[in-house]
Amino acid sequence: MMDAGRHPRIKLLTYSEVEDVSGYVGNFRVRVRKKARYVDENECTACGECVKVCPIVRPDEFQQGLSTRRAIYIPFPQAVPSAYVVDIEACLGDNPIACGKCIEVCDKKCIDFDMRDEIVELNVGAIIVATGMDLYDPTALDEYGYTRFENVITSLEFERLISAGGPTGGHFIRLTDGQPPRRIGFVQCVGSRTNNPVRGNPYCSNICCMNTIKDSLQLKDHYPDIDITVFYMDIRAFGKGFEDLFMRSKAAGVRYVRGLPGEVVEDPQTRNLRVFVENTTAGRIEEYELDMLVLSIGAIPRGDSELVKQLLTLSRTPDGFFMEAHPKLKPVDATTKGVFLAGCAESPKDVKDSVTQASAAAARAEVLLSKSKIQVEATTAVVDAAKCRQCGRCAEVCPFSAIRWEKKQVAQVITAACAGCGTCAAECPFDAIEMRHFSDQAIYAQIDAALERDPLSTIVTFACNWCSYAGADTAGTGRMEYPPNARIIRTMCSGRVDADFVWYAFQKGAPVVLVSGCHYADCHYINANRNTVRRVDALWEGLEKYGVRPERLQLEWCSAAKGQRWAKIMREVEELRVHVTAEEVERTTEVLREAKVPLSSQVWKLKAPTPALLHCLRCGYEWREDYSAEKARSEERMCAACRSNSVRVFI
Amino acid sequence: MAKGNPRIGVFVCDCGLNIAGSVDTEAVKDYAATLPDVVVAVRNKYTCSDPGQAEIRRVIGEHNLNRVVIASCSPRLHEPTFRACVQQAGLNPYLMTMANIREHCSWVTLHDREAATRKAQDIVRVAVAQARWLHPQDEEQLPVTDAALVIGGGVAGIQAALDLADAGHQVYLVEKQPSIGGIMAMLDKTYPTMDCSI
Ligand SMILES: Cc1cc2nc3c(=O)[nH]c(=O)nc-3n(C[C@H](O)[C@H](O)[C@H](O)COP(=O)(O)OP(=O)(O)OC[C@H]3O[C@@H](n4cnc5c(N)ncnc54)[C@H](O)[C@@H]3O)c2cc1C
Ligand code: SF4
Ligand code: SF4
Ligand code: SF4
Repeated sequence: MMDAGRHPRIKLLTYSEVEDVSGYVGNFRVRVRKKARYVDENECTACGECVKVCPIVRPDEFQQGLSTRRAIYIPFPQAVPSAYVVDIEACLGDNPIACGKCIEVCDKKCIDFDMRDEIVELNVGAIIVATGMDLYDPTALDEYGYTRFENVITSLEFERLISAGGPTGGHFIRLTDGQPPRRIGFVQCVGSRTNNPVRGNPYCSNICCMNTIKDSLQLKDHYPDIDITVFYMDIRAFGKGFEDLFMRSKAAGVRYVRGLPGEVVEDPQTRNLRVFVENTTAGRIEEYELDMLVLSIGAIPRGDSELVKQLLTLSRTPDGFFMEAHPKLKPVDATTKGVFLAGCAESPKDVKDSVTQASAAAARAEVLLSKSKIQVEATTAVVDAAKCRQCGRCAEVCPFSAIRWEKKQVAQVITAACAGCGTCAAECPFDAIEMRHFSDQAIYAQIDAALERDPLSTIVTFACNWCSYAGADTAGTGRMEYPPNARIIRTMCSGRVDADFVWYAFQKGAPVVLVSGCHYADCHYINANRNTVRRVDALWEGLEKYGVRPERLQLEWCSAAKGQRWAKIMREVEELRVHVTAEEVERTTEVLREAKVPLSSQVWKLKAPTPALLHCLRCGYEWREDYSAEKARSEERMCAACRSNSVRVFI
Repeated sequence: MAKGNPRIGVFVCDCGLNIAGSVDTEAVKDYAATLPDVVVAVRNKYTCSDPGQAEIRRVIGEHNLNRVVIASCSPRLHEPTFRACVQQAGLNPYLMTMANIREHCSWVTLHDREAATRKAQDIVRVAVAQARWLHPQDEEQLPVTDAALVIGGGVAGIQAALDLADAGHQVYLVEKQPSIGGIMAMLDKTYPTMDCSI
């Protein structure tokens, strides 16, 4: 901590928040709001005279509310920067009638109530997101009695209580009577590993088993005679040196009981706790009387993750943590070029793993920063100024805000920010956008070629590079056989699939067209595949209008790992295909030829922005909602019911 | 379009028996040679091997090719390999495309040689059609600002900031709270070494 504060090349901006990020890899422009501290952080010597006179008392956040602080305070003695700060909401103000006592006693005259928030503009080439995690609030788990019973505490409160710098000076005591506990219990997996959204999250929080083992050894150090019971589902001690620590804890006499308490009751006289638990190893209900109970709370994504996600156009995995560019091969790159992830922002992990990942992220950023110039893959979008009619649709759908457009102005692609998904090219009603490499002409030529030899037995298939194409690769690697009728046309994203491509394929005699891409929530281009859904929806309506069976156009999601699923999709579309007759195909081609589709604008007239099909990540519920670009950016992928049950707090 | 009419070369890979085991690669090669604008079709046992790549470069020179189709495995595996290969032969890397006749064909159509061969031919035809419309592309060069922003001053943010600063880069470390430290600053001792955390 101190090293970071002293380093000549590190500028610390504490009490600060990133407000805006623009630009792109190698060239980000960042606006930071540095909130007023009302104390000059360079002058303050942290003598603490001010605190002695401040009349305002507030719960101390650092001590988890177990002790108090004043309105002017330092978060903790070793804080970096070592300077006080005024909690301006609590402060009475500098008017001498109201208060202003601290100003009088500060020798260095570093308290300044005229200080205002500062806006700092930064230019950077790389960004590392290390925003960490929040912790689960166990109040919702009523049976454990947290907040109802004072002797039930969380694992973080435990840390403060046993710390020499804590509210009790390191004397680990009961909060109700100040006595050292003789019998203590720990409950594991609090808020973790549950499929009930009210009770927490499905994933394992990674740190809490080892943390409890550590706590038990610390307690045995303090009080060798203390009786410790740990209630658990599984003990996960998989890291280097972990099993060893677990064995030490057992050898020290710590009792491990397999089973989570069903009920905790407090004796109103003694304030002791009676814990009822089904010991699943012994197969019986047991009862323990304890002086204290510690809840091993799980890790949750930070409340402001959605904000950070939007600032940097990141993605989040279904657990709510930030998503890596690739789970195995690019584990510290974020989905946005030039942004890297470190620590618990990416997933819950301990200090060692956080530090390891941080060094990896620094190395990845270093690869970028140590170059004076970088090359970008030439698969980006290009606007044909002569064709552009300045409608702005492209700018609306671009997930990366890579298109600059103002009313009555030709759209302009910021090449460096363009990720090459092709969503804009598919969207433009006037065919004014061309993708380099994955050009319209090349795709039309591929459709023609696919249908050249035996159209009636050909399934024209669009597959996105990252998921469905990769899923088909996985099916191959796993030697999963399926009917040989699909002819795949690779695009970077399913969002590249222009409605015109589909019309064209039907016009040219395709019995079945399959559009496939990443799962709805896992789009590699943030949410470009939301546009796929919208287009396919519109196409289905259009097909119906022309008397073409909408089933002949299929939309499927398949992730890179799901070879089995790809094979299954292939069998299903083949089943559809065999039931499409030559006459039916002929009728379709005729109707479409007469109607003179494809014509982008016609698709649009058919259906302007249509409701998108959303699906809840937590319970799987599906619903339709009016699509708008604004919503696409600020999407929360939980249904209303799950959100209201949700323990996550969205700031 | 690259100068003149497309002159496409198709390289069909056996991949040992991985492709040749279920696809008649000779028939695929012969079929490829009949496609429009294809001036040469070659069959190779291992196209990605050094001799295989040398052969591609030789044929490009010999037949003055300006488009290359490589019918082998997934571009997700070997696109970078073959892009580099054609570049060495003086061709723009974006003038190469791949026909995935392994993952998408030979490996999923194991027991019907005729169907697999037919499918492989179709896949090659689609790739050749695409190749005709490939254009040389220049990868753009962008300048880089030599500074980094680290958001969050917990142990991860501090470590990343220190590493980058030690490597000589300017770092801005933005922390929401009045002090850096994050959760670790609140811990007393930390596993697995049980030492103090601040
Ligand atoms: C009770 C408990 C006990 C633990 N015990 C151990 C142990 O014994 N051993 C061990 O190895 N690990 C332990 N851990 C895990 C350890 O705390 C974490 O691995 C570590 O703190 C992760 O560091 P981090 O930097 O990723 O995140 P954090 O520590 O959460 O730091 C993130 C920082 O980013 C700041 N921030 C967040 N959002 C923003 C924003 N938008 N803008 C600016 N700043 C922002 C936050 O204020 C915070 O300072 C324990 C965790 C808990 C909860
Ligand atoms: S680390 Fe242990 S206590 Fe924490 S969620 Fe995983 S299994 Fe449960
Ligand atoms: S969608 Fe097409 S016409 Fe509309 S602004 Fe973009 S490029 Fe121009
Ligand atoms: S929509 Fe996709 S292809 Fe178009 S400019 Fe944005 S990132 Fe690039």
